[in-house]
Amino acid sequence: MFAYVVKRLISGVLVVTLISMAIFLLFWYGPSSPAQPICDRESGNRCTPARLATYEKTLGYDNPVYEEYGKFVKGVFVGRTLTIASNDYECAAPCLGISFRTKAPVKEELVSRMPATFSIAVGGALLYLLFGVPIGVAAARRRGSLADKSLVSSFLFISSIPYYLFALLTWLYLTVTFEVPLFSNTGYFSPITEGPWKWFSGMFLAWVALGIFGCTQYTRYTRGAMVESLSEDYIRTAKAKGLPARTIIYKHGLRAALVPVVTIFGIDFGTLLAGTIFTERIFEIKGIGWWALEAVTGKDLPVVQATALFGAVALIISNLIVDVVYSVLDPRVRLS
Amino acid sequence: MTSVPMTQSSAAERDASEGPFLRVEDLKVTFPTQDGPVTAVQGLSYSVEKGKTLGIVGESGSGKSVSSMAVMGLHDTKSAKISGSIRVDGTEVVGLGESQMRALRGNSMAMIFQDALAALHPFYKIGAQLSEAYLVHHSSASKRDARRKAIEMLDRVGIPQPDRRVDDFPHQFSGGMRQRAMIAMGLINDPSLLIADEPTTALDVTVQAQILDLLQDLQREFNSAVIIITHDLGVIAEMADDVLVMYAGRCVEYGTVKQILTTPEMPYTWGLLSSIPDVHASTDARLIPIPGNPPSLLRPPTGCSFHPRCVHSDKVPGDLCRTELPELLPASSGTAHLKRCHLADPVRVYETEVLPEIAPDLVEETR
Repeated sequence: MFAYVVKRLISGVLVVTLISMAIFLLFWYGPSSPAQPICDRESGNRCTPARLATYEKTLGYDNPVYEEYGKFVKGVFVGRTLTIASNDYECAAPCLGISFRTKAPVKEELVSRMPATFSIAVGGALLYLLFGVPIGVAAARRRGSLADKSLVSSFLFISSIPYYLFALLTWLYLTVTFEVPLFSNTGYFSPITEGPWKWFSGMFLAWVALGIFGCTQYTRYTRGAMVESLSEDYIRTAKAKGLPARTIIYKHGLRAALVPVVTIFGIDFGTLLAGTIFTERIFEIKGIGWWALEAVTGKDLPVVQATALFGAVALIISNLIVDVVYSVLDPRVRLS
Repeated sequence: MTSVPMTQSSAAERDASEGPFLRVEDLKVTFPTQDGPVTAVQGLSYSVEKGKTLGIVGESGSGKSVSSMAVMGLHDTKSAKISGSIRVDGTEVVGLGESQMRALRGNSMAMIFQDALAALHPFYKIGAQLSEAYLVHHSSASKRDARRKAIEMLDRVGIPQPDRRVDDFPHQFSGGMRQRAMIAMGLINDPSLLIADEPTTALDVTVQAQILDLLQDLQREFNSAVIIITHDLGVIAEMADDVLVMYAGRCVEYGTVKQILTTPEMPYTWGLLSSIPDVHASTDARLIPIPGNPPSLLRPPTGCSFHPRCVHSDKVPGDLCRTELPELLPASSGTAHLKRCHLADPVRVYETEVLPEIAPDLVEETR
């Protein structure tokens, strides 16, 4: 197991390296000079070719791409000093660059945005697993019944609404139309360390939106996997042993049904960590997703680069965790 | 073995321990499907005593497994409609509540399934699955007792190094060992009735023989009543005391293994016997299959359900085979031998037409 995790981490590092190269090249060979956005910003949209050349020179964009990539990698490990026009900016390791807009090290901004996104992701995911899986099990037990059919079709209806529309409607109805007091604090993220209630009330609506939407999907995944596992021969064996229904359903049925659900969850959760863009934008929670959105509209290349890299790392790690959990759930899976 | 329940010598009046351990009377199992109700089993009656083995033979879909699963109460009671009577050790189990049924299941009656790889849970250790079966009926036993019992049973069914293999997962066992483990699990609570549903179908021939031997040994040791479901008449010849031949959900012939194998009186049974390959026969010898396919239970044939495939129906006067379902009546070889056929003189047809084709040397011997 340990050897497997080490092996996976090494290959993960390799993947991240490749992704960082790809992102780097994308910006380098983009339609305009990578220095163009900052030149525009600094000179109030009167970026002359001469000014652009100055920015390119100080940012090192006149050097060969591999040299600059090398500097970037070096910066990640030991830090570096970046020069934009005539100003020097200190960027400590792990240096992911300096934001074009705020001139702050990208890493610091990333770290400061993480708690909001993690709060949304963990809370939302907990909600949809806590509700989605049991509802899915209940539906599978009553498969074919009226309750099952109406549940499945209404959940299918909800999950076919685009998420951004769903989240927007949730926000509109719960805070604007009905002014539910519980949700009045939405959008004011404060870290849990500054009082759990403040944290909770700021996050709650985002969790509800993400939770309900995810719950409809996880109900369907779980129901499908459960219907399949309940029709397996080993369920008949469990019944023939004289086991109580609860043991048959949960110990024998759900255990097997969880495997595909966990697989989907791994990918889902990685994506959530990488930035819940719609959720953050709609509920005005300034996490990584919000930050990425700002960076894209503001052409803040170092930030865009950092969010993309962070997304890759989040996905790789959550997939690794899923694979380890997988081997715990299914003993036939040998990690090697 | 008592004769079949035509003689309603009510078991309730007698002491339950004296009568047959399992008595099935007029069993009918119907499932609703999208195309309408399907009656998978009807009018089925049989009984099994402790220490005896009943073989149930028939093609796929003839109701062999469905009837046995009804005995175990394994059908979904919300959809399957079960009527008739199933008495296990004197207790009527048709309509019995789930909790009482659960107390019987795996305890006084157990079932062994075919394809042990699918029938064992892939995520739990063999020992855990055996212990679970023990613990559910021995609530006062500790986990350590259950584990000891599991190891003892694995040893009993011939698993080498049972104290180590008990911690293996099913996929680490070979096919034969998995079936042995399945048997160990079935017998862990010392059931008086063991139903083996095609226990050797997924196994190769040498392992098949070992498993059958094991079942026989265990039956002798535990003195249990055994029902063996199979489509292999070789298994029947080796294991069974009595044989029930099923076709399209009904019993079509019933008798001792000797009666069924030497003097069968129902054309379907003849067909089954004719379709057994004979290893000693010349390689040119033809295998005689039963023509046609098993009927759809959704719209079973009128009259005798076997008539569309029966090559002897022309010997029955009129349209009797097509219009009237034959009764299950005593055959000529004895009262315990029952058959469901309109043929007036099946013994003569068998001896003159069927036997020469399937066992020519046997005919010469008898002459």
